[in-house]
Amino acid sequence: MARRRMIQAINEALAEEMARDPRVILFGEDVEISVMGDTRGLRATFGPDRVRNTPICETVMTGMAVGAAAAGYRPICHMMYGNFLYTGMDAIANQAAKLRYMTGGQIKVPVVYMGVFGAGRSSAAQHSDAMHPMFMNLGGIKVVLPASPADAKGLLKSAIRDDNPVIFLQAAGRGGEAGDVPDEEYTIPLGVAEVKRAGKDVTLVAIGAMVRPAMRAAETLAGEGIEAEVIDPRTLMPLDEATIVASVRRTGRLVVVDEARDVCSAASHIAAVVTEAAWDALKAAPKRVTVPDVAIPYSPPLEKALLPDPERIAAAVRATLGR
Amino acid sequence: MRTPSEVNLSADDLLGLYRRMLLIRRVEERLGEDFKRGDLPGPVHLYIGEEAVATGVCAHLADADWIASTHRGHGHFLAKGGDPKLLVAEVYGRAGGVCRGMGGSMHVADFSKGILGANGIVGGGIGLAVGAALAAQLDRKGAVSVVFFGDGAANQGVLMEALNVSALWKLPLLLICENNGFSEFSPTETVTVGAIADRAKPFGVPSAAVDGNDVIAVWQAANAAVRRARAGEGPSLIECRTYRLRGHVESEGSFIQERYRADEEVAAWAARDPIARLAAYMDEHALAPASAREAIEAEIAAAVAEAVAYATDSPYPAPDQARQFMFA
Repeated sequence: MARRRMIQAINEALAEEMARDPRVILFGEDVEISVMGDTRGLRATFGPDRVRNTPICETVMTGMAVGAAAAGYRPICHMMYGNFLYTGMDAIANQAAKLRYMTGGQIKVPVVYMGVFGAGRSSAAQHSDAMHPMFMNLGGIKVVLPASPADAKGLLKSAIRDDNPVIFLQAAGRGGEAGDVPDEEYTIPLGVAEVKRAGKDVTLVAIGAMVRPAMRAAETLAGEGIEAEVIDPRTLMPLDEATIVASVRRTGRLVVVDEARDVCSAASHIAAVVTEAAWDALKAAPKRVTVPDVAIPYSPPLEKALLPDPERIAAAVRATLGR
Repeated sequence: MRTPSEVNLSADDLLGLYRRMLLIRRVEERLGEDFKRGDLPGPVHLYIGEEAVATGVCAHLADADWIASTHRGHGHFLAKGGDPKLLVAEVYGRAGGVCRGMGGSMHVADFSKGILGANGIVGGGIGLAVGAALAAQLDRKGAVSVVFFGDGAANQGVLMEALNVSALWKLPLLLICENNGFSEFSPTETVTVGAIADRAKPFGVPSAAVDGNDVIAVWQAANAAVRRARAGEGPSLIECRTYRLRGHVESEGSFIQERYRADEEVAAWAARDPIARLAAYMDEHALAPASAREAIEAEIAAAVAEAVAYATDSPYPAPDQARQFMFA
């Protein structure tokens, strides 16, 4: 094991996969100098053919990734901020997500669109969205949200090897966070959740950057005699429904923490899946801890007031237990 | 039109262009009749009158070259070597269609022929073609990528992004604008300012405006642009001025109340029909006997009949196919 920051783990995944497969190419705005730090040094190692700065042109960039994939490459399209995915949305929603389907399975579209998402850094409304729910709903796109450096590395390697379009969203403000990363080569399969902490009283599903406050809440709750089972889905499309439902069948209670806005959030979807699949096992109504249906504000106290934190999460858990 | 000595095309070459244009015409006439009878499940946007553009450009391309196309994409599909049987079956929604009935008229694609597909999004093919051009550049095998788009798509922002990045990287790309006079139902001049060919100028991209109903003019302009692209000299834009003899979509009579063009205008362009013009040119210069064209006509009638028979015999896909192909 080695201590790595998340951006270092992502950088290692990119470098390893580019070394492994010459068809992997990387482009995006300022990927050479690397604004986020995750693509730093790759241009020097892999050269200007395979690592290219693009102009600021999300509309053509996202489509270019699809065309290059159709022509045999495995492009990684770095969007910098997740909100910029919106600018490139036609090619993602109408081309990448559908080209294989509407051509009767003639081709594979192995593209990774990666970017930083979520709030917590006073970047205000146009740089702070949690947009994973809309991608879950598109169909044809896999959605990956790692919560730790080790997961980021293993999941990104799988995303690059996957033959489908993948949206890989790194939580904002988590790039500098350190964690243990295995020394040996490894991948983490898409669609497999991780039980971060075992517990018998309540299932606490936390997505992306919400895993950390959920773990803190679980600590607090343990001191009160409440054992929360914390699950990180890691991949939202496909979603490891089996692991979540099996946990709820044991605990009888569900709280989902998601930094997306409440309406049609991943939390809403997970709550619906569990309600349908494990209604007979539920002892209380599932609860969602999300962001209210407003944009993300700039000023730190305002931003903090919206985001799920350990206190809100613990309160939601207590409520499902009638405490 | 030029004299034969100015044109680097043999009589056989010209008959080849004639054959391809006529195939597109006759297949689409059949699809138009099918639509009128209510036999097609979805909308069709016919290319009738614009055949010279796809034909003149694709004559320079091999299977290893890429094209991306438009919602009016049957002509590009056939010009690039797509199989008429697979096209007709696709438009009929049959399992034997080129996309197994998953895409229909607006999504005909055959990647084995370098056809990235027709595209239901106006301008949607531009980004795909830029990406295929990047792949071709990285492959270093001399392949090129061509995007066909309309005058309507020329007003989408993605064109500017594509011109910039393809010129910056010297991508082997041809931007072929089919200016057919209409953005759906709006005459081009009511929604477009300036000459579309001029939009390449600030990017230093060579551009030309040609008579899109003259297959020889299109062939010549594309020849220069393809050579340039294969030589690694970067993209070109060619605006082909042509005319949509049919409506935007065959169903438009059912929902458009007003006439949006004059009969005289349609008649004037019909008189400049690219297929008839090539026939007249060959007659004028005694390049091929009328009997050669009659033989082609018979050959194509047989091909269309064969395509229709194949499509009609092909079953509809089994309903469970609707859940396939979303993920590899």
